[in-house]
Amino acid sequence: MQLALVHARYQLLEIIRIPVAVFGSAFFPAAAMIFFVVPFAGDDAVGATYATASMVTFSVMSANIFQYGVGVAEDRDQPWNPYTRTLPAGPAPRFAGRVLAGLALTYLSLIPVVVIGATLTAAQLTPAAFLLALGTVAVISVPFTLMGLAIGYSLPSKAAIVVAQVVFLPLAFGGGLLSAPGDAPGFIETIAPYLPTRGAAELMWSAVGDYSVEPLALVMLGVWVVLLAALAAWAYRRDEGRRFS
Amino acid sequence: MTLARADQASRRYGDVLALDRVDLEVRAGELVGLLGPNGAGKSTLMNLLVGLRRPSSGRVELFGGDPRDPASRRQVGVTPQETGLPGTLRVGEVVDFVSAHYPDPVPRGELLDRFGIGDLVRRQTGGLSGGQRRRLAVALAFVGRPRLVLLDEPTTGLDVTARHTLWDAIRAFHDDGGTVLLSSHYLEEVEALARRVVVIGQGRVLADDTVDAVRGIVGVRRVSLLADELPELPGVVRTERIDGRLHLLTTDADELVRALVTTGTAFTDLEVRPTSLEEAFLAITGEDRPTAEGRPATAAARPTTV
Repeated sequence: MQLALVHARYQLLEIIRIPVAVFGSAFFPAAAMIFFVVPFAGDDAVGATYATASMVTFSVMSANIFQYGVGVAEDRDQPWNPYTRTLPAGPAPRFAGRVLAGLALTYLSLIPVVVIGATLTAAQLTPAAFLLALGTVAVISVPFTLMGLAIGYSLPSKAAIVVAQVVFLPLAFGGGLLSAPGDAPGFIETIAPYLPTRGAAELMWSAVGDYSVEPLALVMLGVWVVLLAALAAWAYRRDEGRRFS
Repeated sequence: MTLARADQASRRYGDVLALDRVDLEVRAGELVGLLGPNGAGKSTLMNLLVGLRRPSSGRVELFGGDPRDPASRRQVGVTPQETGLPGTLRVGEVVDFVSAHYPDPVPRGELLDRFGIGDLVRRQTGGLSGGQRRRLAVALAFVGRPRLVLLDEPTTGLDVTARHTLWDAIRAFHDDGGTVLLSSHYLEEVEALARRVVVIGQGRVLADDTVDAVRGIVGVRRVSLLADELPELPGVVRTERIDGRLHLLTTDADELVRALVTTGTAFTDLEVRPTSLEEAFLAITGEDRPTAEGRPATAAARPTTV
């Protein structure tokens, strides 16, 4: 555990030394806040709170898909990674460290969205709901972390960047993150429950407001977690087999 | 006591047999050189010994255990490839990171001073020169006060001074009782450091002997000249004619030239050059095949080899 923290710390250091990387995952949701949420839902306390929660979901998704997808794929290209496995620890602390660092960066990338929500819109949150939302962020990170790991372990870094970019926008739009709950265009309302983004967003909405989640979206989120976990585990094992057996 | 052992270890990558039933024992206090051309299997053997790879058949042991068990690696130091150091981390941070894995690491300043890079603590590794990075990479093998270090080509690409600094550090470690397994494709390096040398070629152990004995085997020179017809000459292991030029591979160039002059044969444009390890071993083992990368083994391209 101590070693996992050490690995997390140095991975964070590596990432923070190139601030653009951190900036990247925070930028799009923050920009979406300013261009879509502030002018259209900014004055409505309830609407602004839900919209901010949507953008938080968006941010969690893009931060995780990019960090793990691209980060893991790039790591696999580096000879430093095999070297760390000759240290008397094995692969577990590095993996755990990566997940811890990923979670820390996810929270970091939420700051702009939350700050914009709190200062430029009428969004309101009780301290208890805020804490609940913080916890929910960790929960909804799970499917997107797994998605990122599946991408990162199965593709070379150049392909991983492309796939991460291709995947995250349709997931955001298709899951209805860019419209108020229940207010998306018809076809999106139809497909949304089947996408992992929707289940995640519903959890966030219910954390910040008086929103009752749709069971279908939650069940599908569970299905996604199982599927993505299987895919990530398969990709991880295959990669281990290629490089370390 | 045996610290590292390979017992009939083979390793296959798809269709390629990278290591073919290799036996090796490294005993406490030894400084063993692992010598062989690129692609001979040196790195594969190292990777088996540090647990990065599993043998396809046979066994490898480290301190009596499986190298893939982290506990077996507690007293082992390994060098990362210097191109793989995380570029954004500072030198001191890289050392601290590795130190965190060991119970009683060498203090940072002391370690860096020993390798002549004490003044670089605050520099990011991405901004170091190739030589500085290499020294840092080798230093990392010594962080955890290991009893055995495995150094894979530690001085490739270093200038003479940097190479000697590294050699001194490796010797000092050995003088304090440390055990070293060092791979190289420079005979010179192995000669400077090791008493015992294991020669690997095409995945097999070709020789496991003292440096002197191996020098006799690989000290092959290429004598080339223009001549029509040559008499029988002593010590020639192979003769070939390329573009009208005669090339003689010999274990004793002095003797050969002396004999050549004595016979009174007419010749012009005499050259004596060292051969590469590849050439020497191909000559000795008598196996005629293109080298691993499919390029001809040219002696001229490798001025410092052998």
